[in-house]
Amino acid sequence: MSVVLILEQSLNGLQFGLMLFLLAAGLTLVFGIMDMINLAHGSIYMIGAFLAATLVAATGSFALGVVLAIPATAAIGMLLEVSILRRLYARDHMSQVLATFALILICNEAVRIIWGSDMALGTPAALSGPIELMPGLFYPAYRLLVIGVGLTVAILLYFIVAKTRIGMRVRAGASNREMAAAMGVDIKLLFTLVFGFGAALCAVAGAMLGPIFAVQVGMGDNILILAFVVIVIGGIGSIRGALIGSVLVGFVDTFGRAFLPALLREILPPQIASAAGTALASILIYVLMAAVLFWKPQGLFPARG
Amino acid sequence: MQRAATFILLLAALALPLIMRAFDLDYYTSFASRVMIFALAAGSLNLILGYAGMISFGHAAFVGVGTYTAGVMIIEGVPSALIGWPLAMLIAGLLALAIGAMSLRTRGVYFIMITLAFAQMIYYLTNSMKAYGGDEGLSLPGRSTLPLLDLKDDTSFYYVVLAILCVSMLLLSRLVASRFGRVIVAIRENEPRMEAIGYPTRRYKLVCFVIAGAFGGLAGALLANHGNYINPSILHWTQSGNLMIMVVLGGVGYRYGGLIGALTLLGLEEFIANHKVEWMADLWPKYQQHSLLGVGIILLVIVLYAPRGIAGWFDRSPRG
Repeated sequence: MSVVLILEQSLNGLQFGLMLFLLAAGLTLVFGIMDMINLAHGSIYMIGAFLAATLVAATGSFALGVVLAIPATAAIGMLLEVSILRRLYARDHMSQVLATFALILICNEAVRIIWGSDMALGTPAALSGPIELMPGLFYPAYRLLVIGVGLTVAILLYFIVAKTRIGMRVRAGASNREMAAAMGVDIKLLFTLVFGFGAALCAVAGAMLGPIFAVQVGMGDNILILAFVVIVIGGIGSIRGALIGSVLVGFVDTFGRAFLPALLREILPPQIASAAGTALASILIYVLMAAVLFWKPQGLFPARG
Repeated sequence: MQRAATFILLLAALALPLIMRAFDLDYYTSFASRVMIFALAAGSLNLILGYAGMISFGHAAFVGVGTYTAGVMIIEGVPSALIGWPLAMLIAGLLALAIGAMSLRTRGVYFIMITLAFAQMIYYLTNSMKAYGGDEGLSLPGRSTLPLLDLKDDTSFYYVVLAILCVSMLLLSRLVASRFGRVIVAIRENEPRMEAIGYPTRRYKLVCFVIAGAFGGLAGALLANHGNYINPSILHWTQSGNLMIMVVLGGVGYRYGGLIGALTLLGLEEFIANHKVEWMADLWPKYQQHSLLGVGIILLVIVLYAPRGIAGWFDRSPRG
């Protein structure tokens, strides 16, 4: 294993982790404040990506299209919250799981009707080539942009949640909703805003990941589960936990896929090693989650004391 | 009244293949088998979801493991259903024992998430089983075999599935009515209290989880035989969601909840996909390609406005 390879995989892990964080941040706040399981979060990510692809094609500019897609997705998210999700807060978890599962079906089909099964969203031409970061380490410029955007948004989010008044209210809501309401926080309005904010983050992630994965119906279904793994590892309701959980999952997943088969080849016969390696690598993050829950059932950074 | 209804239903089920044969609609015999298999899977999920109140989001894992066990036995040259199907139950039950023992340490949303995580593990494990088709799955060389009966014949297969469904439902409803079932329901209603009285609540829940897993595995074994293939997609987390839909659609915690739900959901999908309703087609020519939109909306309305499901419409008593 060379240093270059490890560095490259570290960047990949960081990039994946930061994008997961954008998804997990919104999810963990919704989960933390309203005790609401929202499976439709992945659908909003999908809608964000489709909107971005449409707007990029319409405006001819990647940056402008992505920036426009963010408020549009936030508006759709808030509309969804006010019209449907709001009715589910007082219901039990099973109703929430099922109602939002129904929303996944509805969103998937609605997107298929409006846009078709997939859309093209390419990397912007200026960023399509690789950049030589150090001798021998070529890294795609676009992925560097993704890392940059992810870091910026993460820092911005930290600042908003940790330093501003509205962030304080959000944290208060996450640690004790009733008490926050009793102290005069308009939880209803706050929650609609948080939901819109989460949807905006989904749009960023969807737009940035669109050129790397693919913009297609159902793209949110699998990444949603990863986002849930992240927030369960990090502790539901905790932004810090979501960040650490995301990066942890990003690294474990990327390194597992990159190095585990090779490592196993050292100790096992090659045929068994390659099969076991891929199998093990793909379940590694779930093993991690089960282990975390086993020793710390509330996650690494529980928001409620 | 209920006994009479059950009797009529059973007669109708017995007569169905003959009627279909008479009208040259053999396809529906196979379709009915599929409904009954999913009724068994949903019924087993209903035991933990409805009666025990454990929201398991990983039931597809048990069904899937049953599918793979039965399928692999056929591929490896041991096609006897008398070996393969009980083995599917056994392995699914053992898996449920392992998953349940770890998951039941958590509660609430964490239980939902950890069952989901374990199911995802099994999903990816089957995906990486290159010898059995990897992520594309594998067609089976034939169905399991039984002495005296030829399961390759769809009608015989139908009757075998019907018999298994009836026996399983009888067993499950006896279980729910037994002392064990009462304890399970009481734990759902008030676990700390049951614990205080001295019941080992976690052990009760675990046993319940294992029984449901085993019956899920049996449904999986039948499913492998019905479609003649094994495929990881049966273990995808959305399949767990589909099974939950069936239970909630039919009625959580009702004896026939799973059956009604499976019949409604699969029937609805079948109807929308294969029967063109003229006025619908006039309104929207392509509506048949988007049947899931209708399923989603119906499910959403049921969850929001009729949480007791279809079985709840016929039940005037307060939920017990």
